[in-house]
Amino acid sequence: MPKVEFERERCKGCELCVSVCPTKIIFMDEQINKKGYRVATVKEMDKCIGCAMCARICPDTVIKVYK
Amino acid sequence: MKLVFERPKALTDRQTHYCPGCTHGIIHRLTAEAIDDLGVRDKAVGVASVGCSVLAYEYFNCDMQQAAHGRAPAVATGIKRVHPDNCVFTYQGDGDLASIGMAEIVHAAARGEKITTIFVNNAIYGMTGGQMAPTTLVGQKTTTSPYGRQAEHCGHPIRISELLATLPGAAYVARVSVHDVPNILKAKKAIKKAFEVQMSGKGFAIVEVLSTCPTNWGMAPLESLSWVKENMMEYYPLGEYRTPEEVK
Amino acid sequence: MAKKLMKGNEAIGEAAIQAGCRYFFGYPITPQNEVPEYMSRRLPEVGGVFLQAESEVSAINMVYGAAGAGARVMTSSSSPGISLKQEGISYIAGSELPCVIINIIRGGPGLGGIQPAQSDYFQATKGGGHGDYNLFVFAPASVQEMVELIMESFDIADYYRNPVMILGDGTLGQMMEPVEFNPVKKRDLKPKDWATTGCAGRERNIVNSLSLVAEELEDHNIKLQKKYQEMKDNEQRWDLYKCDDAELVFVAYGTTARIVKSAVNQLRDQGIKAGMLRPITIFPFPEKAFAQLPDSVKAFLAVEMSAGQMVEDVRLTVNGKQPVHFYGRTAGVIPTPAEIIKVAKEILGGER
Repeated sequence: MPKVEFERERCKGCELCVSVCPTKIIFMDEQINKKGYRVATVKEMDKCIGCAMCARICPDTVIKVYK
Repeated sequence: MKLVFERPKALTDRQTHYCPGCTHGIIHRLTAEAIDDLGVRDKAVGVASVGCSVLAYEYFNCDMQQAAHGRAPAVATGIKRVHPDNCVFTYQGDGDLASIGMAEIVHAAARGEKITTIFVNNAIYGMTGGQMAPTTLVGQKTTTSPYGRQAEHCGHPIRISELLATLPGAAYVARVSVHDVPNILKAKKAIKKAFEVQMSGKGFAIVEVLSTCPTNWGMAPLESLSWVKENMMEYYPLGEYRTPEEVK
Repeated sequence: MAKKLMKGNEAIGEAAIQAGCRYFFGYPITPQNEVPEYMSRRLPEVGGVFLQAESEVSAINMVYGAAGAGARVMTSSSSPGISLKQEGISYIAGSELPCVIINIIRGGPGLGGIQPAQSDYFQATKGGGHGDYNLFVFAPASVQEMVELIMESFDIADYYRNPVMILGDGTLGQMMEPVEFNPVKKRDLKPKDWATTGCAGRERNIVNSLSLVAEELEDHNIKLQKKYQEMKDNEQRWDLYKCDDAELVFVAYGTTARIVKSAVNQLRDQGIKAGMLRPITIFPFPEKAFAQLPDSVKAFLAVEMSAGQMVEDVRLTVNGKQPVHFYGRTAGVIPTPAEIIKVAKEILGGER
């Protein structure tokens, strides 16, 4: 089952990943990280297809993809 | 299940100082991925320039040298002439390369200097707070063109890829974009090709990457990606302007 | 090795090559063109690299790159070109890199003239570029001396990890004198493990002069200043000519010193107790030489091919103990012994 891991403290809340996810499972968490950003996160990991589009557009290497 | 995507080895794990959504982050990663894919990290010497990417020496995980504004191609020339087997690259913005550094990039290309240049074109000066760049579009408002750039006053923006492609020493000249994932993938291919051209000794290689500056364009990151597509790509068409097959 | 008659500019090139310099980046400018021309011929012969850059700015940045990559590298230019190089030189000093820079000085300011001058003393010793740094500066007075000092300069540059500048002028550059290339004193040098050679088998190296944290930059500056203090403590060089009982001591360097020497000899023939203190390093300025002078000294006369630059360092060093006078010609006009003697007599006439 593919999955993604977000390194919370690296995320700057730019939302680029949200816009490219084909299964639209990425959203911005209400909780902020230490830098004060709302971070990108996934709840419905079972819908992840491991396409890595989020990781490819992320400017901050926040995301690891497993497939 | 295995790990199929993670930070490349040629990037340090330093968190960058770039603004949220700044495409420098993507372009750094693509450059590092190309270095990893070609296995040249322990031969690589990067030359950091002056602009938002002035701290690039903190982010690229290889030997690095800081250059004065505009001079990176000259510094890279010095390094490459001393160590011809190393993989020497410069990473420059549009002020650095197309303004103060115009002589250095033209002559490095003319000499066919075997270096690779990653040219980040976001049509504005980022680090210094949003002034006009040689690549700023006509009509574009910046802090030093508050009425919008007027061609009769200060001319038209410079198309670096087309300009350098006239030089026989430039073995590979390409313009790409990173505003969506399909283009990011094409950009990576071009950057990798630019490094291959150096390592196979064919000559000078440059990839111009259309990029965003959300902060100084006054837009959110997503909106700025659209701005590249809707405004920059018409004036700066994507494509390969000179390729190694043309070089004898 | 037998003596060879060589033009100064060409001897500069050969001296560098004898010292192991294998990289030269430069740009044409009168009166030093023979230096890049000679290097373009000789470097390929010894497996080195010569590149004519597109400007002096580009050339100094190529030097910076090559120096950062661990090479023995040199550039040469003349006054206006040296002005162009100042930012690059500041970067080289700030990044603690070695290199040798030759300035064959011409009359200025601005486009100036092409005749010899000494009007770049301030530029060479009081900065030139921005920031708190100094260059190690030699001021030879003959082609042979220039050759020997250049051959030492590469070791000195490596030892201190600092640029070394050689001040010449159009006379030294163009004149032909007999030269021999003998081995010079070598220094114990550490390996250049800081150089950007590719990080195989080690941690990566970063060659840089940027530091955005003020306290860190201050620490770096303190480190640099320690180097310059070490130069001042250990590297001052000078020559004393007929100073043992001198009443009037000329202070002159480079080509001017040769003219002053003639004046000293003629004054001595007339029974006047003249002598000359000739700085060989102008950074570090040879303060220790002044301490060695006898009590007979009544006055100093600095003679320069400038409007008066080194004379300020003489005044600082003498510190009011004796009067310090100045005589100079500018813009490429070379003073004659006769006019120097006239001034000396006027000064001595005034001393009772």
